[in-house]
This record gives sequence, structure tokens and C-alpha cells, in this order.
Amino acid sequence: MATAPGLMVGSVDADPVSDCRCAKFETHGLTVHYGGFEALKAVDVAIGSCEVTALIGPSGCGKSTFLRCLNRMNDMIDGVRISGQVVMDGQDVYDRRVDVVELRKRVGMVFQQPNPFPMSIFDNVAYGPRLHGTRKMSDLEVIVERTLREAALWDEVKDKLRQSALALSGGQQQRLCIARVMAVQPEVILMDEPCSALDPNATFRIEELMLSLRENYTVIIVTHNMYQAARCSQKTGFFLLGELVEFGDTEQVFQAPADRRTEDYIRGRFG
Amino acid sequence: MKLRRIGRVLEWAIELVIRSCGVASVVFVILILAFLLRNALPAFNSVSLGEALGGRLWRPTSNPPQFGFLPLILGSALVTVGSLLISVPIGIGAAVFLAEVAPRRVREIAKPIVELLGAVPSVVFGFVGLMLVGAWIQRASRAAGDALPGPDWLKTALNMPSSMAAITGAVLLALMTLPTIVSIAEDALDSVPERFRQGSLALGATRWQTIRGVTIPAARSGIMASVMLGVGRAVGETMTVLMVTGNAAVVPSLTTGLFRPVRTMTATIAAEMGETAHQTPHFHVLFLLGLLLFLITFCVNTTADIITHRGRHEH
Repeated sequence: MATAPGLMVGSVDADPVSDCRCAKFETHGLTVHYGGFEALKAVDVAIGSCEVTALIGPSGCGKSTFLRCLNRMNDMIDGVRISGQVVMDGQDVYDRRVDVVELRKRVGMVFQQPNPFPMSIFDNVAYGPRLHGTRKMSDLEVIVERTLREAALWDEVKDKLRQSALALSGGQQQRLCIARVMAVQPEVILMDEPCSALDPNATFRIEELMLSLRENYTVIIVTHNMYQAARCSQKTGFFLLGELVEFGDTEQVFQAPADRRTEDYIRGRFG
Repeated sequence: MKLRRIGRVLEWAIELVIRSCGVASVVFVILILAFLLRNALPAFNSVSLGEALGGRLWRPTSNPPQFGFLPLILGSALVTVGSLLISVPIGIGAAVFLAEVAPRRVREIAKPIVELLGAVPSVVFGFVGLMLVGAWIQRASRAAGDALPGPDWLKTALNMPSSMAAITGAVLLALMTLPTIVSIAEDALDSVPERFRQGSLALGATRWQTIRGVTIPAARSGIMASVMLGVGRAVGETMTVLMVTGNAAVVPSLTTGLFRPVRTMTATIAAEMGETAHQTPHFHVLFLLGLLLFLITFCVNTTADIITHRGRHEH
């Protein structure tokens, strides 16, 4: 447990340099119930750091539920029961001593519907750093410019940082949300169908961005667009009815799936 | 053939009825304004606008009469501001609790109860104020004056000679405006989309940081509108303040005013209109006072309307 002191309540921040050889997340028998419905069935998987992992599957297959277990966003849902383990850098995320706030700082999330706050572009990006103690305007300005550049949005918004973020287009809003996540310097970025509300052109920009994020972040993306998974990810997991049917190198999963059900899904026979 | 014609006539008749209802409500407002103006404007034969708004003495029956609105305007302002100082923080706090913190079951029970408070007739509030609240406030304020090592003026102020004072009216008005503020502010908070809260929590914000940093700012226009409507209710309220504020038409003192009897614009009209001969200067001046009140509440309500309307385009 001493391997990840940064997650513990009240501990000194550990150097969050990720080791790119080992797994970032491991789940052991992760099971989720919503009331009487079993949304996730004993999922065992290891997700590597500094790569893009795509989770695919038909609607309601549990891929979003799995994603939201990783930063404990499922905790807030009424009647949810979670068993099994989610281990991040050797530390069980569901351990009682884990500080959820600290966890979510390390594991950022981008949602399906772009959700910039109803405030200026600058304040959106500065929201996270301000929460976590950065108050000096000059520091904030540096962070905002750096993350907006990383999110390939800077050139489009640099002259209107004080304007409302809600005036941006859907694709720009989603890149702003990605910038907002990066501003708190997470180690992992979870994306829950980040392009499903966007047009093809905006989708292309986000996919480009994901490829560049791989260098510094562990990215896990849920998508129901198989082509997107094939284009952007190194690892792919296929979920069906709450079960992780197959997990492996993207190329292998798409070219030579080991499971019949994966093959049927990828060939478009259902879903 | 015949049936279709009857149908068409019926259609036309229903449309006519609905249209005349709509036109009538506008016409009534215009007629009220015209009636006010017709009876108020002759007041300027006996008093100038400057004398009315700036005059420090309200002695409508002395000879010659003095029609200074200042004590009444300041009385209304003191009672209204006093009530808002109580009702705005409590009201917004209650709205935040109901919308963001309370379990659904608690909200479903508590919100209708708070709204029921708004259905209590104002004369009942006045009665409760007269019999109970006024005496409590007087006792509490005297005890505070004795116990606190404050400056002399504060001790003098807290030593209330009567339970009927501006503060009694302010406390009761606060209770009466609370339902408006809680109900509308809660609606505004409740309509903030869930995705804003999720986005904030996912960045590592605590629940309170999310409420303060995202939810309240997103609901800002609705919350401001709730306060403006509360102001409108407080300014226009008559019966309760007439019963509990003591009806002394004097300019409230800066130091002790809150703890002394005052008289509001509304209470003045209600108390004096019945005993004034028609078409006398006093009669017309009371209408002028009513016109002023109308303009104030009109501005307040219009502001609330503009704020809510602007807020509707935000998310």
C-alpha cells in the first residue's frame, strides 16, 4: 500500500511520474449492481499506462459503468453496489482510506455531452487549478495558455478568453473540457463517448488530440464507434452484457478476434 | 354541412372569448394607472414634487397641512431592507439545502410546507406579531442591551419603548417573503443541468465547492429574480406592517430607527384613505403616494422579469 502515498488522505504529494512499463489500473472481480440489475460481471483486466485504451460494445453493455468505477463517479448513483477491486498504482481505489477528491484529481474525466461551465473560457480552465490551491493570476494565465495549446484550442480562443464558454461550438466546447481536465495535471484521462455529440470534423480534431495525449497521459476512451477505436487506440476491450468478452492489442482484436461474439460485433452482425 | 357551420361559429366564439380575456387584463392595468393618475395629479396644486419627495414632515391634517413623503419612504425602506437582511441569507440557504443537500424525501415534504407559509393571510401574520413576536423582540432586545458592553447609543436603541417597531415589521415581513425566495431560488438551482455538477465533481471538487463554484453561479439569475420578487412583496405588504410597526410618521433616526415605531407608505394609505374627504388635497396626495408605490413595485417586478428572461438563454 505504500507504493501510492499520493492517494492517501493528508499525505504529501508523491511525484506522479508514471512508470510506462507497468499497468496503471488492474481490476479484480469488479462487479457493479444497480438495484437488482447486474451492470458489470466480475471484470478482470489490466490497463497499461501511457497508451490509449478503447472500450467498445453495444449500448448498455457496461463499458461506461466500468469507466466510471475508475474515478468513483458511480458512488453518487442511488442504489449502486460495487464489489471487487480497482487497483491504481498498487492502491485499491475503493479502500476506505482513499480520498475521492485526490483520486479524481489524478483521474480526470471528459463526458459525452460537452459540459463547459456557464462562465468565461478562462474561468473554465482555471476552475480546477483554483480548486486545488493555485490563486496567483500570473500562474493561472500560464496554466490556461499551456493547456489550451495542448488541447489545440488556443489559436481559436486566445482573443476571447473572457467571453462565455457557452458561445463556442460543440467541438470547441469538448476541447475546452479536455483542456479543463488537463489543467489539474491528471495522470489518467477517462473519456466517455467524447465525440458522440459532435460532427465528423470536430470528431477528427478530438481524435488527433487523443493521439497526442498518449505521450503524457493514460487515456481510456469509451466509444460505440468501432472505427474510432481502431484508429486511435493501442488496446481494445469488448464488453457485452456486463462482461468483458475480450481484451487485447487493438490490431489483434480487430483483425483476429479470439472470441466469436467479438467477431460478430465487429463484422456488424449485431449491435 | 350544418354541423360544420356550427363548429366554425363555436370556434370563432371561443377565440373571441379568449382574446377578450387577454385584452381585458391589459385594459384593467391601464385603467388602474389612469385612475391613479387622474386622482394623483391634482395633488400638485397643493404640493410640489420636490416638497413631497424631500419633505421631512407628514402632517396631513394640521393647518396648513404638510405633505412630506420622506418619513414614509424611509419607513418603507427601513422595514424592507431589514426584512431582506433576514430573509435573503436564510432563504438562499434553505433553497441550497433543499435543492442540493437534502434527500429527495425531505425536499418533497419540506418545500410544500415552506410554500404553505406564503399562503397564510397577512392579517394572521400581523396578529401573531401583535400578540407574540413583538413582545419577544422587545424582551430580547432589552436583554441584549443590558448584557452587551456596547456604546451608549446602542444601549439606548436596544431599550425599545414599544414592541411595535420597524424591526418587528422586518422580522414578520422576512417570514412572509421567505416562501417566495425559497421556492423560486430552489427552482433555479434545481434546473441547473446535472452535467455541470458532474463536471465539477470529476475535477476533484467537493460537494460544497461544486455548489459554490458552479451550481450557484449557474442559477444566479433565478436567485436574483427570487430576491427581487421578495423585495416586491415586502414593499407592497400592507396589513402586517400596519398592525405591528407602530405607525409613527417620523423620519427614522440613523442610530435608533430600527428599534422605534415607523410608518410605511402602504400603511399610511390604508390607515388614512377611509377617513379623508374626497377631492381634498389630502385625498389627492394619498393617491400620489399610491402612484409612487405603483412605480416602485413596477420597476422591481420588471427588473425581476428581465433577469429571469436573460437567465433563460444561459443553458
